[in-house]
Amino acid sequence: MKRDLICIICPRGCAMHVEGEKDNLTVTGNACPKGKQYAIDECTHPTRTVTSIVRVSNREDTMVSVKTAAPIPKENIFDVMAKIRATKVEAPIEAGTVILSDIYGTEVIATKSIF
Amino acid sequence: MYDVLIVGAGVIGGMLARQLSRYDLKICMLEKENDVAMGATKANSGIVHGGYDPEPGTLKAKLNAEGVQKLYDVADEIHAPYRKNGSFVCAFGTPEEEATVRELYERGLENGIKGLEILTGDEARALEPALSDKVSLVLNVTNAGIVCPYELTVAAIGNAMDNGAELKVNFAVDQIEKTAEGFKVTAKSGEVVSGKYLVNCAGAYSDRVAQMVGDNFFTIIPRAGEYMLLDKNEGSRVSHTIFQVPSVEGKGILVSPTVDGNLLTGPTAAKVESPSCTETTPEGLEIVARLAAKSVPSVNFRQVITSFSGVRSSEKGGDFIICPAKSVENMVHVAAIDSPGLTSCVAIADYAIEQLQAMGLALVQKANWCPTRENPHAFREMSDEEKDAYIKEHPAYGKIVCRCETVSEGEIRDAIRRNPPAHDIDGVKRRTRSGMGRCQGGFCMPYVMKLLSEENGQPMETITKNGEGSAQLTGKL
Amino acid sequence: MTAHDIVIVGGGPAGMAAAVAAYDSGVTDVVILDREDSVGGILRQCIHNGFGLHKLGRELTGPEYADVYRKEVEKRGIKIYCETMVTAVSTDRVVTARNRQGIMKIQAGAVVLAMGCRERSRGALNISGTRPAGVYSAGTAQKLINCEGYMVGKKVVILGSGDIGLIMARRMSFEGAKVEAVCEIMPYSGGLTRNIVQCLEDYGIPLYLSTTVAEIHGQKRVEGVTIAEVDENRRVKEETKRYIPCDTLLLSCGLIPENELTRSAGIPIDPITSGALVDENRETATPGIFACGNVLQVHDLVDYVSDEAEIAGIGAANFVKNGAVTGETVATKPGNGVRYVLPQRVHTDKGNDVALFMRVTQPFGKVRFTVKSGDEVLATAVRLKAAPGEMEKIVVKSEKLALASEPITVSLEVL
Repeated sequence: MKRDLICIICPRGCAMHVEGEKDNLTVTGNACPKGKQYAIDECTHPTRTVTSIVRVSNREDTMVSVKTAAPIPKENIFDVMAKIRATKVEAPIEAGTVILSDIYGTEVIATKSIF
Repeated sequence: MYDVLIVGAGVIGGMLARQLSRYDLKICMLEKENDVAMGATKANSGIVHGGYDPEPGTLKAKLNAEGVQKLYDVADEIHAPYRKNGSFVCAFGTPEEEATVRELYERGLENGIKGLEILTGDEARALEPALSDKVSLVLNVTNAGIVCPYELTVAAIGNAMDNGAELKVNFAVDQIEKTAEGFKVTAKSGEVVSGKYLVNCAGAYSDRVAQMVGDNFFTIIPRAGEYMLLDKNEGSRVSHTIFQVPSVEGKGILVSPTVDGNLLTGPTAAKVESPSCTETTPEGLEIVARLAAKSVPSVNFRQVITSFSGVRSSEKGGDFIICPAKSVENMVHVAAIDSPGLTSCVAIADYAIEQLQAMGLALVQKANWCPTRENPHAFREMSDEEKDAYIKEHPAYGKIVCRCETVSEGEIRDAIRRNPPAHDIDGVKRRTRSGMGRCQGGFCMPYVMKLLSEENGQPMETITKNGEGSAQLTGKL
Repeated sequence: MTAHDIVIVGGGPAGMAAAVAAYDSGVTDVVILDREDSVGGILRQCIHNGFGLHKLGRELTGPEYADVYRKEVEKRGIKIYCETMVTAVSTDRVVTARNRQGIMKIQAGAVVLAMGCRERSRGALNISGTRPAGVYSAGTAQKLINCEGYMVGKKVVILGSGDIGLIMARRMSFEGAKVEAVCEIMPYSGGLTRNIVQCLEDYGIPLYLSTTVAEIHGQKRVEGVTIAEVDENRRVKEETKRYIPCDTLLLSCGLIPENELTRSAGIPIDPITSGALVDENRETATPGIFACGNVLQVHDLVDYVSDEAEIAGIGAANFVKNGAVTGETVATKPGNGVRYVLPQRVHTDKGNDVALFMRVTQPFGKVRFTVKSGDEVLATAVRLKAAPGEMEKIVVKSEKLALASEPITVSLEVL
């Protein structure tokens, strides 16, 4: 594979180039080892933290913000979004409460407290 | 069966309803938009013109001269904000322009206008230091003023409604049928109302309404005027309304404070295809900035908070058209009301009423007519001590919704409840100034929507900016 | 009239951090006045992650970051008045505020201004065309979606590539909207690279640089926009105009510190930052009135807001305890390649190191910053990259500062 990507680890934003096979990638253009690791991760198993909202069913026009407690595989973002959208919770709810469990190896938790 | 149907709830239709509401009559205003004051009324200069400009002998000259004091008197009664700030008409050093200033002075005297004087450039600058050095001669029009045109209209219609007049919004007149008793008016929606007398105050659409009864003797020429409104930081740049004498480059670009303390610049004058052409253009706004700077070079256009365009209804004859319909009886056209229409609105209404009376409309004074309307801005005009006492009785006035203009929840709820009730976000804005300030509703809009939703028992998704088709939200998550 | 040692105007990240720092400096009579129904400010609607890496060493969402500070405030028993809007601050530090209970007047020992900022509106941008529904500032849309749970549009164009605009591009995509384009009038984006990658590239949203929205179409609701490239003077190139059908236009075109209270108190404002002129303690030209956070200068990271607020909180506490800071100050000035320097004046004889904050005028590669007073070099710093979107910080050591007798200039040279 061949891929160009910009490093997001620090403001310098190195323009990196990745070449090779899955287990044997070479990265050029990176200024530091963190960049190399980022490039390899992006090319082999990119992950993202998903943040969204869930409706609080017993409060008018109130949403509780949520996130995946750990990054999930990038290709599963929209699947996780669909699961989040299908969920409702009831107040009171504490920040940190698990809203959905077993989500690609992690869970979706509340990031806001609704009293 | 109404006694009088009024097509159009702009400043003319609204003021006519208010002036008629003192008589024992069943009145109904028919307005195609979701609110009043939605045509030329909401987007014009808001100037009370002194009366020096119209050609002597015209209806404009007569009604402008009569109209100034009438307007101030009615505005006092219904608590519509205005200020007699005076206006300057400036010449910029050329003999032709200076001659025009002298001509306007003479014409003003002929029209019977008091309080006119001619100032040298230096005399004018002593009164108005920001005026350009190039200004050489000035007509000082001391009786001129500024008024908020949509607040005036809301107040007039509110007062008319408090006195029993009715208002139908979203009633776009589609057909007018002459019947034995009067008129049967059908809206696009299919709704029908009947009335004995009909007055056409349809503004830019008045020629189309005239055509519905077979009158084709006038054609409205829509003319767009673009404006830029500046932050209150610029509001005291000038205290007078600054006009330029008409020149080849353009005419009528003014720089003026507004009653709310902003600075207004504009308008351009471009012939447009239809009355709905209210978009602003880069060229138009560039002209406004350039010509405004000619009068007042220090205007800081980085302080623009909004720009808008309004369509004026001109007609080739150049004068107001206020006359009985030609093809049917018991109908009056009030059309081609461009400048000085706002200034003349009370005089125009009274003149139209004379014509209705001549047609046989019986004017019997109501015993319980109330000429005054509660001041919608009473709260904001209170001292801190008075506000504190009022909030203790009415806590909703303690919650500020619009931070830029300091508008409280209580004032917004009032605007949604009082005659004529605000049905949409822009309606709240025009009545309370919520969303009218420097952030242009960025912070307060969601809260205003919530109050509209609550007061009218309407889901949030159906709240509109200005009527059907303008919902702000596309769904609930 | 009541009295409090320190009154903090605004309970966002700046106000809360200032309150905590003031309390921990030994002034415990601190109150926070906030206009919203709960503290946290704009962080409450910033549900995305990326906050706290610098300040707290972990990555949090906006509400979580705000909660960290709310708990610190509550732990100290600092009184918070919500739904309370300050309407006036006087030079002798009388604060007038309004809430559902009435009008409050508080004589403050010191005042910390932390009102935050607002978004530049469509009107201020002077985009021509019609004025239909569906034109939102990005933050308003963010609030409606994230806090109220309503969707604002289905087919979206975003003008401005500031971070809020980028974040909203992703957010709208998550909720099923199609984001047609992000247009940026400058030849570079003001947003963080990370956001361009993770909010646009991840979802295949095009970013058009040197491109603006020339016109808005639609009578009642937005029906489309005309976008066009601009030349170096930011004037539209007519031949590049093209129409994009959409029902929503989001604006993310810069933030303006909300200094109306500051101005009405007669406090001088820096025309470049649009915030008050302050010294190294974040004290304005009016004794005892301090400012911090986005009302002082627009920050790119909330972590730096908290840092700045702590300086202001400590300054306010010291003012209450010891009175005004006396002694000479010298002015700071931006030199080559630097747009502004904050604080705008510093005391040179206090024996403290002082951090100068600045933004550059345009994107640069490797640069060296030099801080000079006359011929005296006070500090230098090399950066591999500098961009207007990222605030720079350079610390001047106390012993060097003591040598500054003339205005301090910060300039850069490209290496």
